[in-house]
Amino acid sequence: MSDNVIEVRGLLKLYGATRAVDAIDLDIRRGEIFGLLGPNGAGKTTTILMLLGLTEASGGTVNVLGFDPVRQPLQVKRRVGYLPDAVGFYDHLTARENLRYTARLLAIPRRDAEKRISDAMESVQLADVLDKRVATFSRGMRQRLGIAEIVMKQAEVAILDEPTSGLDPHATFELLEMIRGLKKAGVAVLISSHLLDRVQSVCDRVALFNRGKIALMGSVVELANQVLGAGHPILVEASGVDIAVALRGVEGVQTVVPEGAPGSGNGAWRVVADRDVRAAVAQRIVSSGGSLTRLADLQPSLEEVYTRYFEEVRDAA
Amino acid sequence: MLPRRGPRGSKREGSPFTGLGPVFMKEFADHLSSARMMVLMLFVIVFGAFPVAASLQQLRTVTEQDSYLFLRIFTSAPESLPISFVFALNFIIPIMAIGLGFDAVNSEFNRRTLSRVLSQPIYRDALLLGKFLGGLATLAVALAALWLIVFGAGLLLLGLPPRGVEVARGACFLLAAIAYGGVWLAASLLFSVIFRSTATSALCALGLWLFFFLLWPMIASAITIGFAPSQIHSAEQYLAVEQLGLVLARFSPGTLFSEAVVGLLNPETRTFASMLPAQMRGVIPGAPLPLDQSLILIWPQITGLIAGMIVVFAAAYVIFQREEVRA
Repeated sequence: MSDNVIEVRGLLKLYGATRAVDAIDLDIRRGEIFGLLGPNGAGKTTTILMLLGLTEASGGTVNVLGFDPVRQPLQVKRRVGYLPDAVGFYDHLTARENLRYTARLLAIPRRDAEKRISDAMESVQLADVLDKRVATFSRGMRQRLGIAEIVMKQAEVAILDEPTSGLDPHATFELLEMIRGLKKAGVAVLISSHLLDRVQSVCDRVALFNRGKIALMGSVVELANQVLGAGHPILVEASGVDIAVALRGVEGVQTVVPEGAPGSGNGAWRVVADRDVRAAVAQRIVSSGGSLTRLADLQPSLEEVYTRYFEEVRDAA
Repeated sequence: MLPRRGPRGSKREGSPFTGLGPVFMKEFADHLSSARMMVLMLFVIVFGAFPVAASLQQLRTVTEQDSYLFLRIFTSAPESLPISFVFALNFIIPIMAIGLGFDAVNSEFNRRTLSRVLSQPIYRDALLLGKFLGGLATLAVALAALWLIVFGAGLLLLGLPPRGVEVARGACFLLAAIAYGGVWLAASLLFSVIFRSTATSALCALGLWLFFFLLWPMIASAITIGFAPSQIHSAEQYLAVEQLGLVLARFSPGTLFSEAVVGLLNPETRTFASMLPAQMRGVIPGAPLPLDQSLILIWPQITGLIAGMIVVFAAAYVIFQREEVRA
């Protein structure tokens, strides 16, 4: 049994002469959180709609949980939960009535449905507004209601399109917690977003979209190695010692460059090594008579990867 | 590679009617509880009550023998208010139908509920058909209520129970009215699929209705006059011209509805065109036709209305299938 829940091969979508999605390959594994990242208009939403069979592909194959979304859309949609970008609910109905309608569309037996609705609302911390009209809900609450719908559906795969856009930091944090909760429940989650730092914290793997193509794919660390160069960057700040000279002999260190304005005395230095050399660096600085004021591990940030990558693309063009 | 479940083939699987029931029930419930429905009912009562009240006033003074007195409530146009109830229905029904359908699909789109609903296991077929049937059921309930009110008022004020055949003719008339409403409901649904803006779609539907209600009779007669020979020499020629006029006029669903209603509620009606003397042989003027003969007379009108409804709905269906769901 394969561990992939979604397999995409050579997926293509043409709008006239424009290639909105240009022959992409994509695998999503069971129980992982996968991020589809990229600027607006890069083809993320189109890809998602093709996964659900809501838009017909111009070419290529898609396999979702063993089903073809074009020919067996009902089977796919029964097992996949979808939270669209800026999800809408019927404002004149209560949260419960909205979910009840979905439950009827899913043909969930009535008694089951009531239990599943209240459990799902509990899991997104909306149990207290179950019988309030959705018109009174904030954007964050609507997104959570959308997650509740996926929970109620007991979906095997959740596809979330820009779930955090337009949310305040606190609401974003809560939503990401709920997405982690989905993963814990064994749901494979596909998130599309252009907000990188938020998404980075939850994604196991990401794919970077650019003009309909997947430019990069892998875990954040892998991408960082690919784009920012291999190596383990750390930040060193010390006084009373010439860091560049002192660190030259440390085993594993590849480059030592000043961070920020050069020649500012006790400025920070960026050290890139092929492994974690923090202990060795600290020892060397102390033994050279300097006093270490800062030693930080620089986590590769997706933001950096993203910015650097698109700079390179632009320079190449 | 993921193993494929299910057979291969180019046909999509599953019934297109999966989920039709829930969509229908939701639409029906939404319509019945909506403020818009209240407004429409108020509108109907105001425009329906005056002709009915006026014709009842007049019918109470009728002394001559009339075996279809009850049906006259629907058709008589009293001097005090020169519109009959049926004529009022002729423009109330389209407005009701347009009011129920003009935002059926585009409002889902604008509220961003469309992609969420379509990501549930239903086809677009079920969504569109459910919306249409929900609207039609609402219209049917409203018209049936109106019909019962008129019958009840007739019972109270005329103090005369309707005969069985009058009730049967009245029931057929109700069905014709629902079919007529269906045409306009399908048309407004079509506009709600074509236009993203609800205001534009309402305007277009009302514009189309005004065109058929006000302009088309004039255009039809202008075309007929244009095609008619300058001098008519024979009865055949006259009939040919008249026929052309009738055919053109029947492009308007309102004409089809009026003819169906006249055939049903005025049992004396034998034809909608002129009769030649040869055809008049043996006819007792003013004698009513039996119900089955009246039904045969108006059958083309009824099928025309239903066919129109299906054609317009099919157009909406085709366009909706091709529409992009993304915002």
